[in-house]
Amino acid sequence: MTSGRTASDAKSGRVWKKPPFIANPWIRYGLAVIVLAYLYWAFSTLPFDWQRIAEGLPRAGKIFGGAFPPSFERAELLWTGFKESFQIAFLATLLGVLLSVPIAVMAARNVAPLPVYLLGRTLIIVSRSFHPVIVAILFVAAVGFGPMAGILTLTLYSIGFVAKLLAEEIEEIDWGQVEAMRSVGAGYMKILVYGVFPQIMPRQIGLSMYQLDSNLRASAVVGIVGAGGIGGTLMNAFGRYDYDFAFAILLMIIAIILVSEGLSGWVRKKVW
Amino acid sequence: MLEITNLVKRYGQNEPVLKGLNLKVKGSSVVSIVGASGAGKSTLLRCINRLVEPTSGSIKLNDHELVNLRGSELRHARRRIGMVFQGFNLIDRLTVMENVLSGRLGYVSFFQALTRRFPQSDIDRAFSLMERVGIAHYADKRADQLSGGERQRVAVVRALMQEPEILLADEPTASLDPKTSQQIMSLLQSLASEMSLPVLINIHNVTQARMYTDRIVGMRHGQMIFDGEPKDFNQDALDAIYGGIESPEEDAGEPASPTEEASA
Repeated sequence: MTSGRTASDAKSGRVWKKPPFIANPWIRYGLAVIVLAYLYWAFSTLPFDWQRIAEGLPRAGKIFGGAFPPSFERAELLWTGFKESFQIAFLATLLGVLLSVPIAVMAARNVAPLPVYLLGRTLIIVSRSFHPVIVAILFVAAVGFGPMAGILTLTLYSIGFVAKLLAEEIEEIDWGQVEAMRSVGAGYMKILVYGVFPQIMPRQIGLSMYQLDSNLRASAVVGIVGAGGIGGTLMNAFGRYDYDFAFAILLMIIAIILVSEGLSGWVRKKVW
Repeated sequence: MLEITNLVKRYGQNEPVLKGLNLKVKGSSVVSIVGASGAGKSTLLRCINRLVEPTSGSIKLNDHELVNLRGSELRHARRRIGMVFQGFNLIDRLTVMENVLSGRLGYVSFFQALTRRFPQSDIDRAFSLMERVGIAHYADKRADQLSGGERQRVAVVRALMQEPEILLADEPTASLDPKTSQQIMSLLQSLASEMSLPVLINIHNVTQARMYTDRIVGMRHGQMIFDGEPKDFNQDALDAIYGGIESPEEDAGEPASPTEEASA
């Protein structure tokens, strides 16, 4: 063995370097130069008012000072707000996930004919193109203040996200199982139920849990523009300089997100 | 009886994969189709149950024309053609019983399929077939927890649940170890005679083809170049089918030249 080792050692001295990520040196160094130039330009033209930043720091300190200790005195209000947020998030997730299944099927190229596919993709793109806050402003204007606007907003938000990822999952299924179902003489719907849905089921459950998580967070945000839930309570607390109450709300949000994160992770691990 | 006449299949504008193939399978014989990769064996089987659309020609199963069927007619025809795949193609996340019952999907309503409320006669048939191949105790296990041989048995039972008039097997043993693949071959052989069912098997293993089937069909470049009993399948036939095989990528474009084959 030792002789074999020395024989191979004798050949050492050959250098190896990882091939560059971008092969063309002009493009490689050109890109770096462009990024640096842009950064310089962006920083030199944006107005950084250092004085205002300096003045803001103590103000931020005062807000945080006022927030300590957090006040849970108005637990009643806190509870009502969170209950509403929960309801919004839950209903929106349920509705969104249910609606996203047919839309995902429409938007998967391997199971939908071209016109249906284009329609499905359009639906997804439309529901994904705006941030929930902008959608919430629209819905608040349309159906008025309150949880209804929040539910509609987050339903749309859920469709955009879940349907897109689900459609991609459908496009990657094992086609053999679909062929097997075709060969026994099953029609389109039966093929979906037997050949497609079992394959995307774990992903579907994982996405639903993640979306519930995400909707809980987003329901606090859309509340700020008047779409119901804890967000409105939070906004009022800030407006009335009740920083201690606002801090209590924030702590609750963090706690709930932590719990739901843990829960959804556990569920996703159980399903495979 | 299966009767294939002048079957042509061409993918796009390429050289046809099947060039006017004729084949007759009578009664309950087990026929093995041998040939190198790319000879068109898979395409032939898939044309029969129309997973692949034939370009031209005729395929008749018990005097019913299968080419040009559409919609529900096609689905009704497929119910009578069982198929077993190389990769088993079971629904991995469903139970063995659900997989077996999925063989009845062409017969039950959508609601029955969705809620798994299959008729009692189907469930009885499922249990007796599963007992026949020795997997009844796995009924409630998930299909992906079974071994390869067991999964192929589930697939065979699923195909038999269709009450097929013919069984197609597309390299049913290629993903299995030698011993298991012999078991599956002998299972197919005995099931064929028990149910007087014609069986078409694509197979790479010539020894097994000789051992377990009544008739061997040899294919090369989309044409049938051997058709006879296993005892007639000699070295010459083997050379004609596999000899001087160029890789399928190379010979896809240009026509095969007989001189090359002779020299190799």
